[in-house]
Amino acid sequence: MRGSKNISRYNRWGYIFLIPFIVIFIVFQLIPLGTTIYNSFFEHYFANGGITEIGPKFVGLQNFGTLFSDGRVLTCFKNTMIMWILGFIPQIIVSLLLAAWFSDPSLRLKGQPFFKTVIYLPNLIMASAFAMLFFTLFSDFGPINSMLTKIGLISSPIKFTSTVMGTRGLVAFMNFLMWFGNTTILLLAGMLGIDTSLYEAAEVDGATSSQVFFRITLPILRPILIYVLITSLIGGLQMFDVPQILTSGAGGPIVDGKKTSQTLIMLLNDHLFSKNYGMAGALSVVLFIITSLLSFLVFKMTKSNDEYK
Amino acid sequence: MQKKATHRLKEGFFVKKFKKAIALSLSLAMGLSLAACGDKKEETTTAATTAAATEATTEAAQDTEAPAETEAQDTEAPAETEAAAGADFSGDGKVLNIYCWNEEFKSRLTDHYPGYEKVDDTTGKIGDITVKFNITPSENNAYQNNLDATLAEQADAADDDKIDLFLVEADYALKYVNTDYTMNVADLGITDAELADQYQYTKDVVTSSDGALKGVSWQGCPGVLIYNRAMATEVFGSDDPAEVQKNFSDWGKFKESAKALKEKGYYVNATVNDAYRVFSNNVSSPWVVDGKIVIDQAMKDWVDLSKELVDAGETTTEGLWSDTWNKGFMKDSDLPTFSYFGPAWLIDFCMAADDAGSIAHDGGWAATEGPQGFYWGGTWICAATGTDNPALVADIMRQLTCNPDVMKEIVVADNDFVNNKPTMEAMAQDTSYGDAILGGQNALAMFCAGADKIDLSNISVYDQGCNEKFQQAMKNYFEGTSTYDEALEAFYTDVQTTYPELTH
Repeated sequence: MRGSKNISRYNRWGYIFLIPFIVIFIVFQLIPLGTTIYNSFFEHYFANGGITEIGPKFVGLQNFGTLFSDGRVLTCFKNTMIMWILGFIPQIIVSLLLAAWFSDPSLRLKGQPFFKTVIYLPNLIMASAFAMLFFTLFSDFGPINSMLTKIGLISSPIKFTSTVMGTRGLVAFMNFLMWFGNTTILLLAGMLGIDTSLYEAAEVDGATSSQVFFRITLPILRPILIYVLITSLIGGLQMFDVPQILTSGAGGPIVDGKKTSQTLIMLLNDHLFSKNYGMAGALSVVLFIITSLLSFLVFKMTKSNDEYK
Repeated sequence: MQKKATHRLKEGFFVKKFKKAIALSLSLAMGLSLAACGDKKEETTTAATTAAATEATTEAAQDTEAPAETEAQDTEAPAETEAAAGADFSGDGKVLNIYCWNEEFKSRLTDHYPGYEKVDDTTGKIGDITVKFNITPSENNAYQNNLDATLAEQADAADDDKIDLFLVEADYALKYVNTDYTMNVADLGITDAELADQYQYTKDVVTSSDGALKGVSWQGCPGVLIYNRAMATEVFGSDDPAEVQKNFSDWGKFKESAKALKEKGYYVNATVNDAYRVFSNNVSSPWVVDGKIVIDQAMKDWVDLSKELVDAGETTTEGLWSDTWNKGFMKDSDLPTFSYFGPAWLIDFCMAADDAGSIAHDGGWAATEGPQGFYWGGTWICAATGTDNPALVADIMRQLTCNPDVMKEIVVADNDFVNNKPTMEAMAQDTSYGDAILGGQNALAMFCAGADKIDLSNISVYDQGCNEKFQQAMKNYFEGTSTYDEALEAFYTDVQTTYPELTH
């Protein structure tokens, strides 16, 4: 009797400690989510350059119809995913490699803290500043082109941001540079958490280092890899500042009438000029559904694998 | 990319702190650099608005409740507009809030308004009244977004927080002029007679659909062709404006000359967008007619000309105001540029005459009419409805836009083309005046002739977005990634996203 009373008293503290999170979650996440969905059913924007209010007028699912009829959502989704994958693949490979090296005691790497800091540094730069830097570096008359010309590698400037692969590649490269250090540190933490007796046992059994990596490190690391994948995916779907600034908001070269580097959030941003709550709301709802589905999918994959094991 | 969760979960406390500190300092640096970019005159022209959805005109605003740092005064009855006549600001509020997007107006006020004392970079004093500048760069529409939000709150704002005066550009002037956010200039006590010397077009820009004048400007923006003297001598045998004009008297000649320049390794313009305003401000119909987007023949002509020039390597597709665009102003540039189309402010404001490495520093430019007259830009002063400083606002308007002495001072000191016909025409005859950047040439006669011809009957509320998106979309056509039709389709889609009320 006494015991259970104590427990419930402790439980009460648990709830009290949760209050700040719940309040912040409700105010800044749940309510905006609700109003976004609500807004998506209305025609509501500001005409004449954003000064004359139109609506709100209930229009049902019309905004969603308009959204999908011009096909831009699909194009933007495709662009976003391509640029994310282009950046994520090198990111995960390089991070795994670096983390494996850092965590391998037999390599006895010197100056580890220094290198860990250095690889993390690009992440400290604001994405927009980073994008501006690349915009200048890779412009038609920028330093990269003039350097290449002076060395004699090229005769006329390469128009990096006027080609599809140039633009997408630069965006992916920037995302890779910004995030591989962060991923390395995450994976490293996971690797250092692995019981060293496993490695010793493998060594005694005569396993090669690649066998150790693929048979021991990777499987044990899987929860962290999944975590990295989901967070990166969600972050990737929200890609905005880098392509926006690199393309000056234009969304990259238009090929076959489609913008090739416009992301979903850039499309959303275009609706903000007229404070178009209706269309922006509809787009946000679509984005929410896509994010939920993808996260659920990844989550599900790992879950069923666990049971299988 | 994995922004959210990573932060929260894994980073050490120290890393997080450190990251925050760095991010903060970087964002500060970034903010500064943005502000610096904002210095450049935006491509669009200004038009101002003020807010106050209320009935309010002057009286309602300037009442008594003496906010915070006030010293004394400000209690007695509203002075109202007539006070301005003798420039008596006793009825005005303590703070004059000015909204603008760059340093231009600030420097005009600092240098030329009688009695302005500078306090620091964004504040000054006129008598007892504190002048506060709220400078938001135009990039990404930040200036208008900020202005719109503040104007919407105008009616409920404390007197000292109300916007009193704001600036607008021609490309979006009508957006504000056609609302109650801007005050009638007549309600400030400024009479038509006082404005009689101003160029008619500067009034047309800020005249609302019901015929009320809602703003004034101190400058006129007729454009000319500004060319590099050294290159002209080399390629055309003379740097004399009349001689050079013969090579640029129409677009056919322009194209031939571009070829001649290309042979010597020079670009006729820095980018295709340099010539944009020459076409877009000579259209025969506005961008939007009855809610429908219309592509004027002049716009098509610009596209055709630009495509030809780009294909021949005679100009580039870079954006205006970009670093590349700026390269043509410098000596020994890897983008040796023969000419820029621009009005007086471009010469004064963009050509970097202070920089010893610039061509302007040595007076290496000259001006000639070019193939076609045009105008570009300009900044208008609007009084915000609900202002508590109507007398001071009126006096600033009077001093900067109606006082011939002040205006002449602006011409001499800043080489701006001021909005005062007699003054400009007198100065055009004045052989002692010359613009150092233009090698001592007095180009005012050229500007005067241009100013008389400017016709703004075809501006619309949608010009800003249409101009921006059109240049953006056509870049794809010039670079060959799209056909003209595809680029046009992309333009329509973009504009209809920006302005959902339009069709095509």
